Amino acid sequence: MNDDIERYTPSERSNHWAVAVLFILAGLSGLALFHPALFGLSALFGGGTWTRILHPFLGLAMFLLFLWLAIRFAGHNRMNDRDARWLRQWRDVVGNREDRLPEVERYNAGQKLLFWVLVLSMLVLVVSGVIIWRQYFSAMFGIETLRWASLLHAAAAFVLILSIIVHIYAAIWVKGSVGAMLYGRVSRAWARKHHLGWYKAVVRERK
Amino acid sequence: MTNHWADIQNADLVLIMGGNAAEAHPCGFKWVTEAKAHNKARLIVVDPRFNRSASVADLYAPIRTGTDIAFLGGLIYHLISNDKIQHEYVRNYTDASFIVREGFTFENGLFSGYDASQRRYGDKSAWGYEIGEDGFAVVDPTLSHPRCVFNLLKQHYSRYTPEVVSSICGTPKELMLKVWDTIAEASAPDKVMTIMYALGWTQHSTGSQMIRTGAMLQLLLGNIGMPGGGMNALRGHSNIQGLTDLGLLSNLLPGYLTLPGDAEQDYAAYIAKRTQKPLRPGQLSYWQNYEKFHVSLMKAWYGKNATAENNWGYDWLPKLDTPGYDVLKVFDLMYQGKINGYFCQGFNPIASFPNKAKVGAALAKLKYLVVMDPLATETSEFWRNAGDYNDVDTAAIQTTVIRLPTTCFAEEDGSLVNSGRWLQWHWKGAEPPGQARTDIAIMGGLFHRLRELYRKEGGAFPDPILNIDWSYLRPDEPGPDEIAREFNGKALADVTDPATGAVLAKAGEQLAGFAQLRADGSTASGCWIFCGSWTQLGNQMARRDNADPYGMGQTLGWAWAWPANRRILYNRASADPSGKPWDPRKKRLVWWNGTAWGGTDVPDFKPDSPPDAGMNPFIMNPEGVARLFAVDKMAEGPFPEHYEPFETPIGRNPLHPDKPGVTSNPAARVFQNDLELFGKADEFPYAATTYRLTEHFHFWTKHSRLNAITQPEQFVEIGEALAKELGIQAGQRVKVSSNRGFIKAVAVVTKRLKPLTVDGKTVHQVGIPLHWGFTGVARNGYLTNTLTPFVGDANTQTPEFKSFLVNVEKV
Amino acid sequence: MATQDIIARSATTTPMPSVRQVGEVAKLIDTSKCIGCKACQVACSEWNDLRDDVGSNLGVYDNPIDLTADSWTVMRFAEYENPAGNLEWLIRKDGCMHCEDPGCLKACPSPGAIVKYANGIVDFNQDKCIGCGYCITGCPFNIPRISQKDHKAYKCTLCSDRVAVGLEPACVKTCPTGAIVFGSKEDMIEHADGRIADLKERGFEHAGLYDPAGVGGTHVMYVLHHADQPSLYSSLPDEPAVSPLVSLWKGVTKPLALFAMGAAVLAGFFHYVRVGPNRVEEDPEPGEPIVHEVDPSVHVVDPKGRE
Repeated sequence: MNDDIERYTPSERSNHWAVAVLFILAGLSGLALFHPALFGLSALFGGGTWTRILHPFLGLAMFLLFLWLAIRFAGHNRMNDRDARWLRQWRDVVGNREDRLPEVERYNAGQKLLFWVLVLSMLVLVVSGVIIWRQYFSAMFGIETLRWASLLHAAAAFVLILSIIVHIYAAIWVKGSVGAMLYGRVSRAWARKHHLGWYKAVVRERK
Repeated sequence: MTNHWADIQNADLVLIMGGNAAEAHPCGFKWVTEAKAHNKARLIVVDPRFNRSASVADLYAPIRTGTDIAFLGGLIYHLISNDKIQHEYVRNYTDASFIVREGFTFENGLFSGYDASQRRYGDKSAWGYEIGEDGFAVVDPTLSHPRCVFNLLKQHYSRYTPEVVSSICGTPKELMLKVWDTIAEASAPDKVMTIMYALGWTQHSTGSQMIRTGAMLQLLLGNIGMPGGGMNALRGHSNIQGLTDLGLLSNLLPGYLTLPGDAEQDYAAYIAKRTQKPLRPGQLSYWQNYEKFHVSLMKAWYGKNATAENNWGYDWLPKLDTPGYDVLKVFDLMYQGKINGYFCQGFNPIASFPNKAKVGAALAKLKYLVVMDPLATETSEFWRNAGDYNDVDTAAIQTTVIRLPTTCFAEEDGSLVNSGRWLQWHWKGAEPPGQARTDIAIMGGLFHRLRELYRKEGGAFPDPILNIDWSYLRPDEPGPDEIAREFNGKALADVTDPATGAVLAKAGEQLAGFAQLRADGSTASGCWIFCGSWTQLGNQMARRDNADPYGMGQTLGWAWAWPANRRILYNRASADPSGKPWDPRKKRLVWWNGTAWGGTDVPDFKPDSPPDAGMNPFIMNPEGVARLFAVDKMAEGPFPEHYEPFETPIGRNPLHPDKPGVTSNPAARVFQNDLELFGKADEFPYAATTYRLTEHFHFWTKHSRLNAITQPEQFVEIGEALAKELGIQAGQRVKVSSNRGFIKAVAVVTKRLKPLTVDGKTVHQVGIPLHWGFTGVARNGYLTNTLTPFVGDANTQTPEFKSFLVNVEKV
Repeated sequence: MATQDIIARSATTTPMPSVRQVGEVAKLIDTSKCIGCKACQVACSEWNDLRDDVGSNLGVYDNPIDLTADSWTVMRFAEYENPAGNLEWLIRKDGCMHCEDPGCLKACPSPGAIVKYANGIVDFNQDKCIGCGYCITGCPFNIPRISQKDHKAYKCTLCSDRVAVGLEPACVKTCPTGAIVFGSKEDMIEHADGRIADLKERGFEHAGLYDPAGVGGTHVMYVLHHADQPSLYSSLPDEPAVSPLVSLWKGVTKPLALFAMGAAVLAGFFHYVRVGPNRVEEDPEPGEPIVHEVDPSVHVVDPKGRE
């Protein structure tokens, strides 16, 4: 057990799961307003009006916690040349031929890309969300601004949700990932296989 | 109104001048839109401001406030010199052919007989017609006599050239001529123009003469008595017409009978003076029936106590020691400390009268003030310090104020008389709130207490009070129906037809009309012109049959109009001398059918007098015709002359530039303490006018939230040019001051007020709405009449609210 | 109106009742007869029991200065100097236009909060309104307003309660000059034709009817002296249409987006089925203890079946 490697601290894990839970809540409440077919989801929040009231607060909370998370992880998510190669070899990625891929640091290029897409989506969501937050802010903006904001909010939410679907699937697919985020530790083998560069660095550090 | 609201739909041309019907009478204004939509009528608006009426007008011309006589006088000359008058009408139905007495002159802005020391015309003897040996006025049907009215009229207004008028009024000449030419078209017998005016003419020191000029114009165009024509005064309150009809002016009795003056102690002389013989052969001179109306009135008031022996109680009538106790006079007396107590019934003097400071100071000199009103008026709180809005020293005011809440019209049965003289009965819609009582109950209670005091203690002259007949079913609070029946009148003995002896009305029956009134005490009628409103057939005012058989808006079965349910006055003039309508196609009103007069209206004529008998349409006048020459009826002369407002932005009368005595109305009464308070153009350079807004009703709607919402905050209107000059932007607060005080308000900067070029100078006009005050649910504001001058029209003493000088500054 | 008369409903994708044959109504506002007296504003407030705040004067006649949740119609005053140099005071009663193709209804996310009746009236159902304000975003005329008291959207109902029982809207009943009339849309167009002919005869050569095609026509129409320049009338849109942004936001993109999300989930599922999980399979390096399986997912699929 002592040979397991700590990948996420308890604080990071808490932060992640808080964002995750808020994403589910904001996402479901948002989807309720996104399309009539999903309006039934508003029942989960006590009806349409409560959904309208809660959604922006949930979203804002999600954004703030995400911001904290993003600041913590941003350093590990800088793109480099190897990441570009990794991305070009996406067929090997989805084909589960990991051995052919360049050495991966703490995060692979897909994770990094996801990170930046999430950052961008979150920023668009929070800005557009504030603009269309009728109760407090919308009166300050013109109608064209509101229309753009509504459109961008929906578009960003779409991108975010799609990204999170990929994120969740990747976690399910790559065994050991969920455990990493739940318990914070990964096996050396896991680390070696998926994040060799990071593994080497950790080992170096231990020595 | 000579005509009535619904009749406006028959007009071919509508002139709104001296009023803003769309603003102040939006419901009546619907008939203008009807005339436009269905009669292809054109609408002309002449007003200092491009106002709400102008917004739907075909033609708008700006005019400097207070210069309407110049505008209309110029128009009169324009019509005459361009031969655009209805010749046959003018020749037959006006006094154009009458010869005026020798000695009648007009020089240097004054007519003959002026007494400068008294500021009045002491000798009006020359203001009349030449009377022939037969006792009749001398006429010249060829209109060639140099002293015939027509030629004097032409001569009088020949000075009013387009250039002069444009320079006085500030109306651009081309635009003015366009207006004049459009109006001139109404001289065709089948083209009719109506004039709609209101307080924009009345409230000037020359107001009555402005209205007269309009009437003269209508006579020259042949538009009086015509459907779609007439001189139409748009009354400002729903029952202000009823107020004048019932004689609630200090010099009047009900039905336009007049109170005697001090010199008229002799009853027979009083009657004789008012029953003028015809001035031309074959004329009716209907006022010859004056005594019938007078005696019936006295019988209604004093019952059995009024007898032939005591001249029907003539001695009990007050005799005026002055022409009248109008409101300005009363408040001036109050200001001088000569009045102890004041009953203020349905009136808000501190808001409604000019120079609020003077009115407030006057009220503070009273021992007691009783305010009867449904609302908590400013007058009832004149003693309360409301900051800038009413900055008084409450502790220094010792007046006892008693506020008696009254019902409003919707909380009682009764009738209202509209501008078109229709008496319309209304029914109580709600119970009054709290302790509110009807005015009748309050006055009834007061009467009983006073009479008891007189009975017990005697007093200087108890007879007029003790002799009153008060035999109502409920003496404490006579019913509105009882009072209405009393106004109509009843037979006290059988009334018979003098010709046939047939009984027209049995004793005790309601009378059918004023033709049944008698001077022998056998009839009683509280207001002769209302006789016919509540007959044996019941309450005619409650009728609601809107059938319009001729499709001309003549709904004779709807309510009841005085006199005699006649809807258009002088309607005999709608037919030519031979009795045929001038326009048999569209303007059929009354006509001679071979045996009698009839038609779509009740003929204003002797119904069986054939056209060839020569009786003329204006049966109330001894002349039988309408007067272009006002004889001695007006205070400042038989022909209207332009005089400047008492506060004039140009400081002189351009018609008489070197005669300071005739700058403003030489016959207007001015109190010494007010003369000192008139401002001059060097200090107060802008011509101001006041008005009310369609969103409001006078000062009442301060107490109504919905009205406050639609126009919440006090504002003044200034033109873009003036705003630029003063560096004022729309929405900023400005201080508007006159020589009597100041108000502060938001500036509405508008294109609708344009600077005018007057007498070579640029004159800016400022519009100041009234409504705001220091009581009610609306935002507090300044009483606009803080600014206005305490001077009135020379005839009516209606204050000059419409023309005065102010200065405007950015706050 | 009965539920059978609802022919369109917000956030509803299935067909609405369509068996009743109901004629379309329209309110016609004749700006050439309007004197801006605001009686319609007051009548609206009285009938609907609305009392806005007592505001301020901002240097113009307009008051309240704008539509609010408590003021469903306001008069807008514009001073226009025409090319001939003459002043015109163009006064327009503003309020819901009751579009044939209502942008508010399109934008509303709450099923049944906005309905359109067969007679053309577009009505808000505050009971179902969730207060999101999307109707404002959707409206090409900038009409709906959210109440700051209850956070629900309000606008002119065309007095649907009065019209349902055969009465005209309150503003129509009160209009003193007959500038507002009400009837079948067909009759109103015919009435407008007469008014336009009158205006043309008075020199307004561009007089015309405002019944903008961009929103499928409206059930509140204007007679304008200058139908070629509606924007003269306090920014009445020249060519109103539901904004392309709103169409994009609320149009076909949303079902496509839903489809894409579903497809992504399915793609993952089939990837898992076809490629299988990405598992750490090799033996631990010498010197390293066996990975303590803490990951439940790994735990479950442990090939050695050590449990």
